[in-house]
Amino acid sequence: MATKFDAIMARRGEIMLKALGMDYSVFEQSPIAFDYEGMMSAHGYSLDDIVGIQTRAGVGHTPLLELKNLTDVVRSMSAPGKGARIFVKDEAANMAGAFKDRRASVSIHVAKEKGYEGVIAATSGNYGAAVSSQAARYGLKCIICQETFDSRHIGQPEIVEKSRICEAFGAEVIQMTVGPELFFHMVELLDVTGYFAASLYSSFGVSGIETLGLEIAEEMTALTGAPPTHCVITHAGGGNTTGTARGLKRAGATDTQVISASVDLSGLHMASDDDFNRKSFTTGHTGFGVPFATWPDRADVPRNAARSLRYIDRYLTVTQGEVFYITEAMSKIEGLERGPAGNTAMTVAVSLARDLPRDNTVVVQETEYTGAGKHHWAQLNFAKEMGVEVRSGDPTENAPGKVIVIPERPEQIQAKDFDVARMRKSYVRNALKQAPEGYVPTGDDIAFLAADTNSTAAAVETIIAELKEA
Amino acid sequence: MTALTEPTRCNAGDWVEVERVLLEPADRSKNLPPETAEKPLRMWIKGFAQAAGAVGAPMTVETMTGRLVEGTLSAINPGYFHTFGKPIPELVHVGVDLRARLADYHAAQPADAGGGANAQGGER
Repeated sequence: MATKFDAIMARRGEIMLKALGMDYSVFEQSPIAFDYEGMMSAHGYSLDDIVGIQTRAGVGHTPLLELKNLTDVVRSMSAPGKGARIFVKDEAANMAGAFKDRRASVSIHVAKEKGYEGVIAATSGNYGAAVSSQAARYGLKCIICQETFDSRHIGQPEIVEKSRICEAFGAEVIQMTVGPELFFHMVELLDVTGYFAASLYSSFGVSGIETLGLEIAEEMTALTGAPPTHCVITHAGGGNTTGTARGLKRAGATDTQVISASVDLSGLHMASDDDFNRKSFTTGHTGFGVPFATWPDRADVPRNAARSLRYIDRYLTVTQGEVFYITEAMSKIEGLERGPAGNTAMTVAVSLARDLPRDNTVVVQETEYTGAGKHHWAQLNFAKEMGVEVRSGDPTENAPGKVIVIPERPEQIQAKDFDVARMRKSYVRNALKQAPEGYVPTGDDIAFLAADTNSTAAAVETIIAELKEA
Repeated sequence: MTALTEPTRCNAGDWVEVERVLLEPADRSKNLPPETAEKPLRMWIKGFAQAAGAVGAPMTVETMTGRLVEGTLSAINPGYFHTFGKPIPELVHVGVDLRARLADYHAAQPADAGGGANAQGGER
């Protein structure tokens, strides 16, 4: 017998078609390939149009700051001639406190233009605040579905704060216990209300992030004479990486290395009621980063606009304790008190800059707001209450969900390379699984997979051959 | 906040919270770890009480978007009590250490280099 869950999910395609204001089926080319650039440009807005939409919405044009003290800390532990300059785009200066305002602003603009009465998003993160804030400005109703509590009704302080800020902006917040059926309820509500689905993964949302890459390229050129040599991006679902990298490229910054950065939460299950409150980062972690990079179309849209493997040059991970250390350091030596999740890329930047030449420039492309609950002290105090051990020492002894090790010295901050080649292989395996049994990928499919993994047709063919053998 | 000081009855029009079960364990997604699968998917939502009522009894609220949602009254005028908490002993040394490190680093830079990055101009 079909469950309530199955019944709604079976009608998901039809409900989402109405709620997204866009028919994704026109972009499909085969059981594997689709027209990505066609989908990205289908909204008809130029980059200039999006800058205009965001400027009117109070979004973007955030300060670009050089972090001279942090750079000197890096140089104090670098080999002679090493220690790149570190900069940050202070995205916390956006109205709702994060780069997510860029993402929300385009979606909400579209919802208003198309005449929807309200918007719905499923998010436990800053995106909820951004959607709520923009909806308030546009006079639209807003529902945020949030995974907030474990089965004991205990919530991460960081997520409880996100409930508060969404409600402060007038949104209706649905707080739920742990489980991916968050999306089931969102679809159910879209069906009942007829509201617009302000998906994190629509082309509207991801196009909105391109302005961040554009601003970074232009502002760095004005400040240093060239776009940054490296851009470090806190990576969760992949939209931040995708949008920023696309914006950099559209601004001509084709030589900028795109570095994705996540907190290592390996070993913790994202749908586990037990693990839920044992993680001290609710975003920017590998629990989202790896599954979404290796299969983007698991998202709540038929085709995900966030396809990070197209753009990632390196994927570096750090531990929770390392990020908390750098978050504290940013307050104390740069006078910049910001939320911990957004400092994931900052932590990676410290490790990366140490080994780069002094004339290289590393831009960390976001910060996020901080405050009660959404603060590294709150998260660490909560971790201790949940039975996680917090101690000083060597961060290599970190064990997600069990031990958070705060470094004693900045030298101990060492980002680790995540194997991007393995992610590409995993992506190709997942893509092939979507085709009916016996389907033989065409030349066009191979070309699509090569583009979607930023590799070559020959490399994709090698992967396919390896998968067949295995 | 102790439970003793919380009101247990509301009037029509009060801002309240209701709780309901969205999916019983049998109706949940099949791809869940056992510790999640064995529990119901619950939700909480706030709105204006449509009648007087008591905590634990059925209640209908009108939400911020104007929807009517039925559930069990779980809180009356619920607040937010998340905080920063106490300073973290493992982090209290970070500022002092790094400022001392910066002072040492700047003092060790040759005079013609202007005492490190912080004292220099744009081109470095």
